[in-house]
Amino acid sequence: MREEIAIQINGITLTVLAGCTVASAIGISDLACRTSVGGQLRGPLCAMGICFECRAMVNGQPHTRTCQLLCEPDMDIHTT
Amino acid sequence: MTRHFDTLVVGSGPAGISAAICAAEDGAEVGLVDDNPSAGGQIWRESLGKHKPLSNVAKWHQRLLAAQVVSLQGWPVFDHPSARTLRAERGGKVIDLQFENLILATGARELFLPFPGWTLPNVMGAGALQAMVKGGLPVTGKRVVIAGSGPLLLAVAAYLKSAGAEVICICEQASFAQLMPFALALLSTPAKIEEGLHYRGSTWKIPFHTSAWPVEANGDQQLRDVTLSIRGKRKTINCDYLACGFHLVPNTEVAALIGCDRQSGAITVNEWQQTSISNVYCAGEPTGIGGLELSLIEGQIAGLVASGQKEKARSLFGQREKWRRFASRLSKAFALRTELRSLPDDTTLLCRCEDVSYGIVRQHRSWRDAKLHTRCGMGPCQGRICGSAAEFLLGWNDGLVRPPVFPALISSLVSSQAHAQSEMQNTQEV
Amino acid sequence: MSGSFDAVVTGAGIVGAACALELASAGMHVAVIERRGIGSGATAAGMGHIVVMDDSEAQFALTSYSQSLWQTLAPELPASVEYERTGTIWVAADDEEMAEVHRKLAFYTARGIPVEVLDAQSLAEAEPNLRRPLAGGLRVISDAVLYPPCAAGYLLEKAKQEQPALELILGQDVAAIGSGRVVLRDGTQIHSPIIINATGSFAPELTPGIAIKKRKGHLIITDRYPDFLHHQLVELGYLKSAHSSTADSVAFNVQPRKTGQLLIGSSRQYGAENSGIDRDIVSAMIERAALYMPQLANLSALRVWSGFRAATPDKLPLIGPTEDVSVFLATGHEGLGITTSLATARLLADHLLGRASAIPLDPYLPSRLVNDSASPSTVEMFHA
Repeated sequence: MREEIAIQINGITLTVLAGCTVASAIGISDLACRTSVGGQLRGPLCAMGICFECRAMVNGQPHTRTCQLLCEPDMDIHTT
Repeated sequence: MTRHFDTLVVGSGPAGISAAICAAEDGAEVGLVDDNPSAGGQIWRESLGKHKPLSNVAKWHQRLLAAQVVSLQGWPVFDHPSARTLRAERGGKVIDLQFENLILATGARELFLPFPGWTLPNVMGAGALQAMVKGGLPVTGKRVVIAGSGPLLLAVAAYLKSAGAEVICICEQASFAQLMPFALALLSTPAKIEEGLHYRGSTWKIPFHTSAWPVEANGDQQLRDVTLSIRGKRKTINCDYLACGFHLVPNTEVAALIGCDRQSGAITVNEWQQTSISNVYCAGEPTGIGGLELSLIEGQIAGLVASGQKEKARSLFGQREKWRRFASRLSKAFALRTELRSLPDDTTLLCRCEDVSYGIVRQHRSWRDAKLHTRCGMGPCQGRICGSAAEFLLGWNDGLVRPPVFPALISSLVSSQAHAQSEMQNTQEV
Repeated sequence: MSGSFDAVVTGAGIVGAACALELASAGMHVAVIERRGIGSGATAAGMGHIVVMDDSEAQFALTSYSQSLWQTLAPELPASVEYERTGTIWVAADDEEMAEVHRKLAFYTARGIPVEVLDAQSLAEAEPNLRRPLAGGLRVISDAVLYPPCAAGYLLEKAKQEQPALELILGQDVAAIGSGRVVLRDGTQIHSPIIINATGSFAPELTPGIAIKKRKGHLIITDRYPDFLHHQLVELGYLKSAHSSTADSVAFNVQPRKTGQLLIGSSRQYGAENSGIDRDIVSAMIERAALYMPQLANLSALRVWSGFRAATPDKLPLIGPTEDVSVFLATGHEGLGITTSLATARLLADHLLGRASAIPLDPYLPSRLVNDSASPSTVEMFHA
């Protein structure tokens, strides 16, 4: 039985299962990860750490790729 | 922090895993470094330890567990600070990996071709959607259109269906005529037939269209519908996800940074899987897209040679030859058609990091000129997405790779000597 | 391609582009020959810093004149050139450097350059990410930054507008120039009474014997961090560090780009001919920068690259005639190529057309070094 993890996305608490990636958690919340330099909403394209479309602010660190990052308890995630 | 290995393997997909196992057989110190949280690469993502006990994956996983291999998951390699050192970074921590022999098994990535609307959220690669679902994204009851090219599309369709998605159709750009020889030639590779039948069995109700590709994706904040061209006729389908990837291209950036020779986008190797640098080997997709079995064979050969077991390696040459022929049939079957070059219009974005349109980029004479004058390829992905697309669309090739291979913190670029001084007390586990 | 021109410029970097524009504006039929692409050499590698310097009267004259030319051009520059009057702050870490701030203040003020002394407090307010305490700095308000490859592109575009017959020949290597002819690698000959060698650190290949040496530098560009940095910051500590001597050296020098990315430099090496990244130099450069801006260490680096400046023994460029009546030099700008490109082109055009110049050409004439090329004093200067 995988444990449940509580994270924050844009200030709202979400519970996910251990092993869930931050990108997938953002997807569960029906949010886009980031806004492009031209103002478009973007989500993951490659989901393997290469396209950088999945970047979000994680625990205060901007430009963090989220598709290879596992959710951790109390993670503070902000889409940009 | 510094670790030393007799053989360092980069990439823990099938090629890397098989290479590491074979390299460790003689008692050598072997390290296996990879950027993902767990081993398996793309094709074995989330599969190690979770597959049926007697499956191929399970057997390799057991061998990996039994082998004395130091596993370094979640450490993206970003620099090559000296001839026998690679540097990886995680969350601001840096590790220097020193080696006598290096085996590069960095796999492949999907090829993304631009078309109007391709930047909408929920338009992603085929393997990408599979990865997202494996990473926890629920797709139960979601409508998915799968498009692009390659055997991956069928595998993804089967997986998504098993995850509860409603897979509406699969659109393969290759024509039926182009695919037929490959399908017939599968007769010479029974294992693949079984695999194909297994996929087809689980997806037999899903329409599989050939000569089909997406022409437009539409939606406001995210994808709402896709317009497909299916053998010349347009069809618009409402869907939640478009999983679209046009087969695979090798990940050659680390090899290029080190200075290995490349040709036609792949790393050149000799019969021993050696690159142009004698203590650097390459196995799997970076030597040319060839699929799982070829990756496993090449990985084994590289690992055996690196650990001085050339005769054992030679015994695998016959199998390698067979799977290379398969790979050649594969690339012919799924060759990309010229119509795909007309998919983007001038306003379609080519560079997604810097939002540069195709029309602006193609005014220039070369990839380098386009980068300098339009910022295309100058963003975080450093041209991996747009550059590969530009190569197909415009025939451009630059290939110059500068460090860091992946964005790294400035502090991580500081050389090891200085780092060793400040990290002397740091003896945490990796 | 026609075979004869009024003037041929070799090299489509920022200096070559500026020369092409000046001569095209004067009505000449110009050809520009470049072996790679527009702005692909040092123009692509360096920081686009437009800065007034006070190392010598001649350097001041050239940089300030050229800066005013940039200011005049600024309103018409397209967004892709990313021109911005960020200003420069020369940062003083201690009292000795603060004394230098006051010396510079006097120098610039006497010559009409708008400057402002910052004490420790106002420096911290101007640039919150600088470490504290620092002694203060000198803010040079009219200094600017831009993106050089697009600037070079714009100058050539404007030249083409002035002279539709202007020919831009890209991807062609020049094998030799002289006696009114430009010979390409493929054997083609182009005739011109005026040939301008604007090939930067490669200039000695076409004009053998000129006193140009490659001075390698490295830069790092970060991801986007808007509001992290507002001015171009340069340390005054180079006075104490070995920045102007023979040892490889680094200095704190950072630039904000309009995109919010930061350019981090700078480094200087002597005798390094290969274009690979020298990681020890890059490390030293980062450590120096982090001394002034500790938070830099936490920024994401996208790319590190190197380039070659064209350096002369006395830090002034070579502008003007050579012993061959058809060949003229516009090279040797070291780290000031972007700044002085426009004035270089104007001075050279003035010379060619017999016009009066706003500032004397004499200090930059190639002949000033020719007779001295074998003399010990020049050799000393090069290595001093």
